[in-house]
Amino acid sequence: MNLKAYPEKHSWDWETSTKEIANISDWISSFPEVQEIVISPEGERIAAIVMTEDDVFSVCVNGELWTNTFEKAWSLKFSPNGSLFCIGMNDDEWTVIEEDKPWEDSFDYVWNMKFSPESPGVGVNVRTSEGYGVALNGNPWDSKFVQMRSLEVSPDGKRAAGTVQLTSLAEGDVFSFKKGLWGLAVDGELWGTNFLNVWDCVFSTEGTKVAAEVRLVSGRQTIAVDGIPWDQEFKAVWRPIFVPDGHDVIAPCLTTDGWRLLVNGKSLWNKSFNQAWNTVFSPNGAKLAAVVSPEFGRWTIGVDGNVWKNSFGEVVLAPVFSPDGQRVAAVAKDSGKWTIIVNDVPWIENFDMIWDPAFSPDGLHVAAKAARGSDYFVVVDGKNSNQKFSKLGAPVFSPDGSRLLMKTVEAGRYFRKIVPLKNLL
Amino acid sequence: MGLPAIPIVSDPGLDETVKGLTPEKIAKVVNRIIDSETAARFKVYMKTCVHCGLCSDACHWFLSNDRDPRFSPVGKVKQTLWEIIKRKDSLDPAFLKECSRIAHTECNVCRRCSMYCPFGIDIAYLLMVVRRICSELEMVPQFLQDTVNSHSVTMNQMWVKQDEWIDTLQWQEEEAKGEIKTARIPLDKEGADVFYSVIAPEPKILAQLIGNIAQIMAVAKVDWTMPSFDGWDNSNMAMYSGDFETMGRVERYHHEAALKLKARRIVMGECGHAFRGAAYDGPKWLGWKQPPIPLIHAVDFYHELITTGRIKIARKFKTPVTVQEPCNIVRGRGLGKKLREIIAATCEDFTPPYPDFEHNYCCGAGGGVINCGPPWKTSRVKGNEVKAKQLAETKAKIIITPCHNCHSGIEDIISGYKLGMHVKFFSEILMEVMEIPDELRA
Amino acid sequence: MYEFVSGPLVWIAFIVFVSGMVYQFVTMLRSARKDKVIYPYMSLKYSLRSLFHWMIPFASRNMRDRYEVTIVTFLFHICLILGPIFLLAHIAMFAFAWGFKWQTLSQVAGTYMTIVVILASLFLLLRRLMMPEIQFVTDPSDYLLLAIAAAPFITGLAANQQWFDYQTTVIVHIITGAVMLMLIPFTRLSHMLFFPFTRAYMGSEFGAVRNARDW
Ligand code: HEM
Ligand code: HEM
Ligand code: SF4
Ligand code: SF4
Ligand code: SF4
Repeated sequence: MNLKAYPEKHSWDWETSTKEIANISDWISSFPEVQEIVISPEGERIAAIVMTEDDVFSVCVNGELWTNTFEKAWSLKFSPNGSLFCIGMNDDEWTVIEEDKPWEDSFDYVWNMKFSPESPGVGVNVRTSEGYGVALNGNPWDSKFVQMRSLEVSPDGKRAAGTVQLTSLAEGDVFSFKKGLWGLAVDGELWGTNFLNVWDCVFSTEGTKVAAEVRLVSGRQTIAVDGIPWDQEFKAVWRPIFVPDGHDVIAPCLTTDGWRLLVNGKSLWNKSFNQAWNTVFSPNGAKLAAVVSPEFGRWTIGVDGNVWKNSFGEVVLAPVFSPDGQRVAAVAKDSGKWTIIVNDVPWIENFDMIWDPAFSPDGLHVAAKAARGSDYFVVVDGKNSNQKFSKLGAPVFSPDGSRLLMKTVEAGRYFRKIVPLKNLL
Repeated sequence: MGLPAIPIVSDPGLDETVKGLTPEKIAKVVNRIIDSETAARFKVYMKTCVHCGLCSDACHWFLSNDRDPRFSPVGKVKQTLWEIIKRKDSLDPAFLKECSRIAHTECNVCRRCSMYCPFGIDIAYLLMVVRRICSELEMVPQFLQDTVNSHSVTMNQMWVKQDEWIDTLQWQEEEAKGEIKTARIPLDKEGADVFYSVIAPEPKILAQLIGNIAQIMAVAKVDWTMPSFDGWDNSNMAMYSGDFETMGRVERYHHEAALKLKARRIVMGECGHAFRGAAYDGPKWLGWKQPPIPLIHAVDFYHELITTGRIKIARKFKTPVTVQEPCNIVRGRGLGKKLREIIAATCEDFTPPYPDFEHNYCCGAGGGVINCGPPWKTSRVKGNEVKAKQLAETKAKIIITPCHNCHSGIEDIISGYKLGMHVKFFSEILMEVMEIPDELRA
Repeated sequence: MYEFVSGPLVWIAFIVFVSGMVYQFVTMLRSARKDKVIYPYMSLKYSLRSLFHWMIPFASRNMRDRYEVTIVTFLFHICLILGPIFLLAHIAMFAFAWGFKWQTLSQVAGTYMTIVVILASLFLLLRRLMMPEIQFVTDPSDYLLLAIAAAPFITGLAANQQWFDYQTTVIVHIITGAVMLMLIPFTRLSHMLFFPFTRAYMGSEFGAVRNARDW
């Protein structure tokens, strides 16, 4: 996926060193219930669902309440471009609320709120009296299905797809199940083929094609692109990805000699693994990285077929590329402790938890949020600033890479801070 | 030998599927599984077993069926694997039905027998190989297969739809709030201490258990979360049918849900087989030597809450109790002692069953057997007379049963043998005895 | 004939026995690699803990419950393995051929041990015939194996007591002994080799992985 920096990033305030945005303690003392806080990408806003009085919920943003109230509300999230969304219900009608403005349509139920990574686009799964479907950017699909259980929004935010059930199934009817009752709907249109299962799906970069993991018959899985299965079949497959700006599909597949990465059904890396998954392309599409397990119980990263020498005994999470694609970092865990490994060099310090690494624009520095006990830290290039916070948002590098945006909660108050990178190294 | 005929049970999952089998198809699967999916354990166990029969006394099926040798652990291996190895290429389809009956419905893969075999042969594993062969030929009892189908589609055991799941949590949060002001079920909260996962019967038919846990968490002030997305169900019947690909996928979703939410650890509700799947069989198939983040069973968690004083006991439970020790957490995790300790902390009158700890008898429901459904219920209840005797001897009124499968299995035994006892989860006991500070009461 | 059986045959028997055991051992180690979990799960501490509880009479519950089998099987195995090793006649032959010897049992003790093995074999046979759960899993090979294990003892005793023509009995004895040795690696008698490993693995899986006891 071509994850471009949102242009707004340049317009963020990179000068003011500290701004106190909100006093959360005040919220806690003035509302009977304050739920989990969320912080906007640029750090200027902090919000939480609050109970204003018995069984009445609203959203508090920087201390200001939304005008809308709800009997129930959940899934409060900032989109990547900084709009605040939640799902709310009144009189048994659910809908999506964006910045205190509910969508026109409401539904019997709403869930699975998903944003597109590149340009504004938000989708949800919905249930109405006619069945299950999707509402994308406020527009519900015309078609409804017996059931729907996933949602993927295209990178440009204009299309949506998800797994749907085609006909209903009586309890215990294993024979109808064998006929394949599941399919994929893209913008409400069904793939022509049905399967035993359709699992995770993915859009191509420009959103014209969709690939998904499918099960053909018991014990045989493969990847289907726009409904057409690969010629090759496997015991198991994992989530496919599209080669950026192209139509080739890559997926980890369980072959007779172990897990391999395949492209359009043919071997890609000349290696097999005990496990391989979480494939990620570099922003320019030139490099491919994946989490691999070279032997039972050992985990590391493979980049273009080269497996790192350092491996970990517990888990390695999905790799993250630097903007220029030259460097790769990943969260890893061994002996109960979390750390980050960058280009096969693990950080020395370790933590009770660590979040995804973020690269500086030049790719030279890596920052991450980490925790020890109930204290949170910002860690840059493995160095712990030793300043503890009770809550913390994800750190963000300034476009010129010289500063770091830190979103911190200290003693019940939320601060937005701009810290020169050199102070943290 | 004058052995009574085994009643013929009709199960469409087997009776219909068997029609499509041929000796060639069977041979192909058998050879593939034996040659490429098994290795040292299988081969050495098959070579080592000296046919001494010492494992027999371990099995509740054997003990309950008048010591019928067809129900002894090695007897079951003989009737299945020995034949399979001997006549690999000429196995008739009807034989596969026998295999499924024996491996899927007459063994709980409870592993008691590997504690009785002097070589420590893992007979349950051998019978799992039989299940694998059956499953690869789609010879799986109908109800069990339906559960596996549900897992494959929904990642949960009971076809619970995504909206139903979230809706149930929101409803139970409301219920819990009605009792305890601060009770919440935080959905998708990042970085919580506890990721709490359950098995699908909870949202489907026992929703109050979720409300209970919300109250317990509120009283103990635990920082916890549950996911709104797939991966919330920790159970895994695919592990038991022999569909390991589906098992692996289900377990991956479960562990990745917790990883995604950056939880420090997973606490699982009171279920034995779910623990086995999430702690051992699932990670093993996926390549994790242990679960990627620490995973503990509810018994361990309640032990922690009680011993650290986060939950105080206001009054002890008076009715005489005994315990059903779930194999998968007692033989499977050594939680027998902690289970005793939390019972001692909460109950006044406890009589342990005999034999107990690692030597407990399985409930007879586990290992996917109860999930084989009504057709197999009669043989299942008959196959656990020893359990009925064992429980009756304790003279208790309540059987504390920290496992969903055991729970249903023991209920069937209670009614089958008219024991007049009742089954409770430990959380239900805890709800009755836990101290709720006045300032938290709604 | 005697020259052949007491010379080359003995050699052949030992070579087949040793190389057969090595072959089985190496094959096991190799296929243990394919069984991904074995090496990662193995733990020395828990392997020993398990072996300890299963090599000491009555240290495990089933050994107490089935005390008669325990007594017999321990006597059977101890006499079966140690008896021949320390037997005067065997060592004498070794001493004659190789020129070195080790501690021997007295003639009487050797004979008693032999009788124990024979009686124990009889017990195991009766058990196999009489108990339905064992009868059910018995096929002709089980009798054959028991016979192969007992035969050197019966023939050895016969030779020692000179019940029949001594020379012939000894020849028959050596043949039965050689047959037994050669068959150990290739039949279920290989449990002699596998016992420590199956136990060690189960001990490790129960102890190190599942935090439970296996006895
Ligand atoms: C393969 C080479 C073997 C040779 C050359 C050999 C030779 C002999 C000889 C010469 C005797 C002496 C008989 C006497 O007392 O006058 C004897 C006795 C005996 N052997 Fe062997 N033997 C062999 C293998 C075995 C094996 C494998 C076993 C059992 C595991 C065995 C068990 C015995 C026993 C129990 C006696 C009789 C002891 C007694 O009653 O005092 N032998 N053997
Ligand atoms: C260190 C070596 C050995 C160990 C640890 C061992 C262990 C065992 C065990 C645990 C059993 C199972 C049940 C029972 O107690 O009856 C057994 C049975 C048996 N063993 Fe061994 N054994 C060893 C060596 C041998 C040898 C060298 C032979 C003979 C050549 C032998 C012959 C037998 C026989 C015939 C049985 C079967 C009894 C029956 O038919 O029920 N064993 N052994
Ligand atoms: S039910 Fe338990 S004791 Fe019986 S054979 Fe199966 S695993 Fe062994
Ligand atoms: S106890 Fe062990 S060796 Fe004996 S018959 Fe049972 S599995 Fe085989
Ligand atoms: S259901 Fe309970 S006793 Fe029965 S096998 Fe599971 S854990 Fe064992």
